Amino acid sequence: MSDEFDYKIEAKAADATTADASAPPIDYVPPAERPEQELYHSKSWWTTYVFSQDAKYIGVQYTCVATAIAVVGLILSLMMRTQLAFPGLNVLDPSTYYQFVTMHGMIMVVFFLTALFLGGFGNLLIPLMCGARDMVFPYVNMLSFWIFVLAILLLVSSFFVPGGPTGAGWTLYPPQAITVGTPGNLWGMVMMLASLVFFVIGFTMGGLNYVITVLQARARGMTLMRLPLSVWGIFVATVLALLAFPALLVGGIMLLLDAVLGTSFFMPEMISMGEKLSTEGGSPILFQHLFWFFGHPEVYIVALPAFGIVSDLISVHARRNLFGYRMMVWAIVAIAALSFIVWAHHMYVAGMRPWFGYFFATTTLIIAVPTAIKVYNWVLTLWRGNIRLTVPMLFTLAFIITFLNGGITGLFLGNVAIDVPLSDTYFVVAHFHMVMGIAPVLVVFGAVYHWFPLVTGRMLDEGLGKIHFWITFVGTYMIYTPMYYQGFLGVPRRYFEMYESSYASTVGLNVFITVAALIVGLSQLIFFYNIINSARAGKKAKKNPWDANSLEWQTPEMPPKHGNWGNELPVVYRWPYDFGVPGIDKDYIPQNVSPSQVSGAKADKT
Amino acid sequence: MTIAFVLFLVVVGTLIFHIWSPWWLTPLASNWSGMDETLLLTFWVTGGVFMAVGLFMVYCVWRYRYQKDRKSEYKPEDKKLEFHLTWITAVGVVALLAPGLIVWNKFVTVPENAVKVEVMAYQWGWNYRLAGEDEILGKTSIHNISDDNPYGLDLDDPNGKDDLLVEDADLHLQIDKPVKVLLRSIDVLHNFYVPEFRAKMDMVPGMITFYWFTPTKTGEYEILCAELCGTGHYAMLGTVVVEEESDYSNWLAQQTSFEQILAQNKTIQLTEKQ
Amino acid sequence: MKNFFKLISQKPWESSQAQIDNKHDGKTLGLSREKLGVRTVMVVSTVIFSFFVVAYADRMLIHDWKSMPEPWLLWINTIILMISSYVFHKTKIASDLNDYEKIKKGLFMVGFLTFAFLLGQSIVWYQLLKLGYFASTNVANAFFYLLTTIHGLHLLGGLIFWGLATSKLLKGNYKISNMQRTIELCAIYWHFLLFVWLILFGLMLFT
Ligand code: HEM
Ligand SMILES: [Cu+2]
Ligand SMILES: [Cu+2]
Repeated sequence: MSDEFDYKIEAKAADATTADASAPPIDYVPPAERPEQELYHSKSWWTTYVFSQDAKYIGVQYTCVATAIAVVGLILSLMMRTQLAFPGLNVLDPSTYYQFVTMHGMIMVVFFLTALFLGGFGNLLIPLMCGARDMVFPYVNMLSFWIFVLAILLLVSSFFVPGGPTGAGWTLYPPQAITVGTPGNLWGMVMMLASLVFFVIGFTMGGLNYVITVLQARARGMTLMRLPLSVWGIFVATVLALLAFPALLVGGIMLLLDAVLGTSFFMPEMISMGEKLSTEGGSPILFQHLFWFFGHPEVYIVALPAFGIVSDLISVHARRNLFGYRMMVWAIVAIAALSFIVWAHHMYVAGMRPWFGYFFATTTLIIAVPTAIKVYNWVLTLWRGNIRLTVPMLFTLAFIITFLNGGITGLFLGNVAIDVPLSDTYFVVAHFHMVMGIAPVLVVFGAVYHWFPLVTGRMLDEGLGKIHFWITFVGTYMIYTPMYYQGFLGVPRRYFEMYESSYASTVGLNVFITVAALIVGLSQLIFFYNIINSARAGKKAKKNPWDANSLEWQTPEMPPKHGNWGNELPVVYRWPYDFGVPGIDKDYIPQNVSPSQVSGAKADKT
Repeated sequence: MTIAFVLFLVVVGTLIFHIWSPWWLTPLASNWSGMDETLLLTFWVTGGVFMAVGLFMVYCVWRYRYQKDRKSEYKPEDKKLEFHLTWITAVGVVALLAPGLIVWNKFVTVPENAVKVEVMAYQWGWNYRLAGEDEILGKTSIHNISDDNPYGLDLDDPNGKDDLLVEDADLHLQIDKPVKVLLRSIDVLHNFYVPEFRAKMDMVPGMITFYWFTPTKTGEYEILCAELCGTGHYAMLGTVVVEEESDYSNWLAQQTSFEQILAQNKTIQLTEKQ
Repeated sequence: MKNFFKLISQKPWESSQAQIDNKHDGKTLGLSREKLGVRTVMVVSTVIFSFFVVAYADRMLIHDWKSMPEPWLLWINTIILMISSYVFHKTKIASDLNDYEKIKKGLFMVGFLTFAFLLGQSIVWYQLLKLGYFASTNVANAFFYLLTTIHGLHLLGGLIFWGLATSKLLKGNYKISNMQRTIELCAIYWHFLLFVWLILFGLMLFT
């Protein structure tokens, strides 16, 4: 099979050919035992371009929809920033501000990043990187996407229902979320919860595909430990999501009943704006537990795919084997497991039993160890590498710094005694934007520049890419670093304005932050221009433009056709990080290159 | 190579911003210096790590930039290095966690002699209640709340009769006397937060939460609500005044007790029945 | 578990490991995809129901909880569900033997019993509502309606696959191996939902 793939790699040592004279050929692979997957071949325009069942195509669909809703989220945030910096302009009133905060937060976390990493990159990368022709249940995969679209439509339509979208904060804490002091407490809330329910259902259908494809449909020779970390990250994140989203679903359904039927799952006895409600006995804290049992893993659902993808980008563009692959896998698994026993660090000051504080502070800080190891290994991959400063690499470097910055500030908030003064201040806002907002978004940009040729067959423009990179990286750093200091000062988050408070003195700082945010926001136009323009008229990409090893670049055609692999499925002979193997001419060996094609290599140096 | 330079600027710039920044913790006015110290410890340790990793990255990017005829080192892992990094990190984490837990332990252990003060939050404002002469706060329930009994005090509980009610006014505290604030809410979640005291805790309808502190500096401080509680959240401000004993007693003497309020209400009801 | 630790301590870059890895056929578990799919769905459902149970157990302890009566009809419904599960088991055996008539009868029977169960549950609802046990009166009632609904929705989901199988059977355009697999998986799912119902019913009975 090797000939048609055109990846002959000449051995440096001239006498190496003698090696494969002995009896069992080293690239002997037993023949396939299982039949090929039956592929669905679409017949009409509708099933090709709209209700497509090709995972690559669904991945692109997911990416486009998630990006579109992210633009909405971004515009909302820019309006909030304008309000905060220039209260005199009266851009928003308090109700709208809270509605925007809520929609911005929920859109960015759930409908943008989760959908993009799992639905978008998951669909695009899993089958290609595993060496499969498609996902295992293509029909379910297609349904998953359209249910996601339905969820988005419900979410967007909440802007048009009476009372507008919910203003409860993305945490949706009852009783406030469904009582009259909050905008959108009935219809906005109903739409939001309905949208989340559909999102979870749609996601579960997709998640089924991602998990089973990774487990059961890989190419021959592709052991789990030969998978690129992108797949590991997406895979483990999907498992996390399958186990964590039910908590949101359960909490959401019960909250919905409280809102619509007047039940008291979470609603205590209370007097809302002078009026006694008929509810009694419900426990608001129970909702918080359910929410954060979902909410904390959610952070890692976004972060783990980003970790995985960034690991691959670093290795490819630094032309160096990923340092400590096993450690990286362990760290992903350990972080995922631990993420289920740290949720209540979001509730240190929520009024729960004090001894919870000791437990959750300890588990939270334990998570810092595997996370730190990941950062070390990224940096150690750069060390003694041969770094190509391509646009994806720039985004990767920016990611490391941003994630490091956001990660270490997590040590403040996880350590319960420091969280007491800092919780619910701008310190928190800065922390989570750095760690789960900006850092993953930088990975998304890096990944888009990296895999754009795989989807379109054309390269994105480097020059524009660099301009976009500089503004985004430096700009976001300038937005969030000052916020830490507002937090130290004690400025609370979710404040529409500083009102008569003495913290009005930070308005000057707010102006600076807002100007940076507006510039960053506008600079995204460069990115979109680059995408549209390059998709039409960009430089044609050569095959495997980055000299990468993983399978997605080794398809017979690029971009890959339906079914991905032509007539024959690939066979895998090595892990994806054979960069700079001593004794070989080229500095990379793709995964499907057999040992006989590279004989002479001394790949075994430990 | 711009990136190496900019990364360098980012790392060093952060330090410079820190030094130059006029924004920093407000002057402490309570006994929770432990929180500040743990925070500072964490700040410098993690700040050091940030600088170290950042600068190492800058070095790598500059030193190992692409050269056509060079190859990277092939070394899948280095057990020793990884092992050392792991335990150093673990030790660092423990060193940060331990003082944190000690402070938390203090925070959740209320001293016996702490004066009890109730803070009752509503959308959107603060009411307070002091124990009166018997130093015991009377029982309350949301059931009992009415126009005449805004705190929902239990009329059968004799301990409540002498409770002093401070409605929609500033709260006064005596300096150097430990206070246990009992927090409750009649509607949604709120959070009683005074930045200078450092402490905060949510107020949850149906529950009484608490924390304690000792004011250590006289002055007027701003109370901020630190849990989203609806449209008026940002405007839910209040004032707490810390003063010397004599001033405090003066203030205390002017407060009305629940009994007095009940009596007043009766007369009002008698004269202008509505 | 042990296998898992062995797996993640492999060193994929070493040539001795590569020799072993090259022979790997790319499948981790010896299960069909469909079976794994159903299992995954059952895991997710179990997690969902567990959260409901945890919420139930937490909420139950608060003083305003008023248990609600369990109408005798619930017992009958339970028995109906048990029988449907049993019939499905029989049908599965029949499908292994490739006995067309028995499969057909079995599937009809299962469908009938399942719809009877759902109808029975709705009648229980109706009775309780007539007696004034509204969801908003007490949270115990609300939990009852909620849990029965979620369980019923799961059954309805199963009925979709049951319907597909039955219609294919009647039309006669099926591959026998596919039919056997569908019946086997549906049967597993039915047993699972019976098990869930027994737990939920027990929980509501004893509290
Ligand atoms: C340049 C881009 C962004 C800007 C300017 C921005 C700005 C803001 C602002 C002003 C707030 C409200 C702060 C407050 O009043 O408490 C906020 C909240 C939030 N943002 Fe962003 N944001 C951006 C990107 C993101 C991204 C990418 C994420 C994805 C994780 C994100 C997630 C959130 C969340 C979860 C909240 C909290 C919402 C709540 O309090 O309920 N943001 N953001
Ligand atoms: Cu968390
Ligand atoms: Cu508030």
